[in-house]
Amino acid sequence: MLEKTGVATQKDLEKVMPSKERLKKGPVAVIECFQRIPCNPCYTSCKVGAIKELVEDINDIPELDEDKCIGCGLCVSKCPGLAIFIVDETYSKDEAKIMLPYEFLPLPEEGQIVDALNREGKVVGKARVLQVKNGKYEDKTPVISIAVPKRLSMEVRNIRLGD
Amino acid sequence: MRIQQHPILTFKRGRQVEFTFEGKKMKGYEGEPIAAALHANGIKILRYSPNLHRPRGFYCAIGNCSSCLMTVNGEPNVRVCIEKLKEGMEIIRQKGKGDLSEKA
Amino acid sequence: MKKPEIAVIGGGPAGLSAAIAASELGARVTLIDRNSRLGGQLVKQTHMFFGSEKQYASIRGIDIAAILEETMNNYDVEVMLDATVLGYYQEDGVITIEQNDKYIKLKPQRTIVATGASEKVLAFPNNDLPGIYGAGAVQTLMNQYGVIPGNDVLMVGAGNIGLIVSYQLRQAGVNVKAIIDAAPRIGGYLVHASKVRRLGIPIYTSTTVKEAVGDQTLEKVVLWKLDESWNPIEGTEWEVDVDVMCISVGLSPLAELLWQAGCEMKYIPELGGHVPLRDELTLETTVKGLYVAGDVAGVEEASSAMVEGRLAGLSAAKSLGYDKDGIYEALKKDCLKQLNDLRSGPVGEKIRQGLKKLAG
Repeated sequence: MLEKTGVATQKDLEKVMPSKERLKKGPVAVIECFQRIPCNPCYTSCKVGAIKELVEDINDIPELDEDKCIGCGLCVSKCPGLAIFIVDETYSKDEAKIMLPYEFLPLPEEGQIVDALNREGKVVGKARVLQVKNGKYEDKTPVISIAVPKRLSMEVRNIRLGD
Repeated sequence: MRIQQHPILTFKRGRQVEFTFEGKKMKGYEGEPIAAALHANGIKILRYSPNLHRPRGFYCAIGNCSSCLMTVNGEPNVRVCIEKLKEGMEIIRQKGKGDLSEKA
Repeated sequence: MKKPEIAVIGGGPAGLSAAIAASELGARVTLIDRNSRLGGQLVKQTHMFFGSEKQYASIRGIDIAAILEETMNNYDVEVMLDATVLGYYQEDGVITIEQNDKYIKLKPQRTIVATGASEKVLAFPNNDLPGIYGAGAVQTLMNQYGVIPGNDVLMVGAGNIGLIVSYQLRQAGVNVKAIIDAAPRIGGYLVHASKVRRLGIPIYTSTTVKEAVGDQTLEKVVLWKLDESWNPIEGTEWEVDVDVMCISVGLSPLAELLWQAGCEMKYIPELGGHVPLRDELTLETTVKGLYVAGDVAGVEEASSAMVEGRLAGLSAAKSLGYDKDGIYEALKKDCLKQLNDLRSGPVGEKIRQGLKKLAG
């Protein structure tokens, strides 16, 4: 379980997984934050009000309104826990697009084929790098967009560059 | 071993200076802690303990724990994790408690 | 002898915040720090902070240090760097300082102690071998001075510091072979744990160090599993070849000055060790005119250290009659609310218990 391993279980993920209907409509945030900690930058960084304000208690787990979320990814580089990913299952017929935070050097290049890693850091396939956002807004937490086989959209959460 | 590139940080290093460790010439950057310069040169053993003569390195790096006491320019018990490196320093591994009378 | 209105000892998150808050109300502050630069341990925190905007959430610790220092520079704070406070004399409130081989005395009207904490050690055979460091020490070496400690690391402790430093070791290009913790559960934030797991670093709970092995420096570590009563299980030993072991098993308050000042102290394990009794609303200790803030008052996060610093700074200034436009009450209330927010969740439970014991 998560508290022993640091890896979210299927049961944990079910709580934050967007609905099938929502996934059919385009990119959406998956907030893999399962523990009550005092934190709210996901709420403050969201420009469309898709993350419920933590009015009562800043320790509350973020709650996403999947209909309001447009999958813009502005929250990805602002989450101190690097726990937010954007998943777009409408990217192409066979591929899903994932946006993830990546604070390592060297950065990948657009078009580069890299290893796709799961939540345990194990290689589960290949990913094609679509975009590297590394501007002032990201502030040294670059956001990488990758394309992966659609079946891996809820598996892949990191990348590794070949040597 | 020095970090050449880092995703978050850029390191502002001082002027490169020479110093000696146990009589051997080494290079480091002025103003960095002596312990950092020694580490960058692969030196981890900084002294030998007074009773059992066991090798000791540094532990806390912020001047709290006294694990890193060395003899610098003849002065014993220098906390090298916070003492800044200067050109020409003579640094030797301290053996035992250090004798203050050595500093003539 | 100089007689500043308020002396703040320690220029980390708590001390800087205290100096700023006291200045806001109009008090004259002298800030004393033993290092060459301000910021305390913030200067090596490359990760983004949690909390809310008021505690600079989503900003990296290194940048928070710069923001606090800049804010403080808007006021006329006298800063003494490379200055180590040697003593606090309770008879007359004089503090003695060593700076550049000179011995200096100050007699402040109020003193705020914000000296922080130091890393604990762990007992096991050969725990003094070179190559075994505090995790924070490695963070200093790596993030402040750009030097890596070695090639392969074992991290002992899966609290926030252990998890964060493991991640940062990887950012510096160092291999982390495993993170272990004697507790049956990961103590740090689970988002930090997930971050390092995604990098392929395993975390073993209910595991501890049996012994370190090495001729002159660390060569390998023997680990073993612990049962439910935290007793090692014979036959479960395994070895990890590493040249670096980082110990991250908690911090203890650097409370020497408080002892010397005669503050009433109490041993509270949840707060890291001996901590001073204090008025919860002002952070004044049992020694009149002596306030505390940050880890020295009880080991917690930097976010709460900053709020405590503010509270102590406001209280000390107010006690000297400073209360610009009567804003003290509102500012104090805001600090207390922030502290309550930061501590009210499950991760603040230990702190709540500790503070309850301290008060009770």
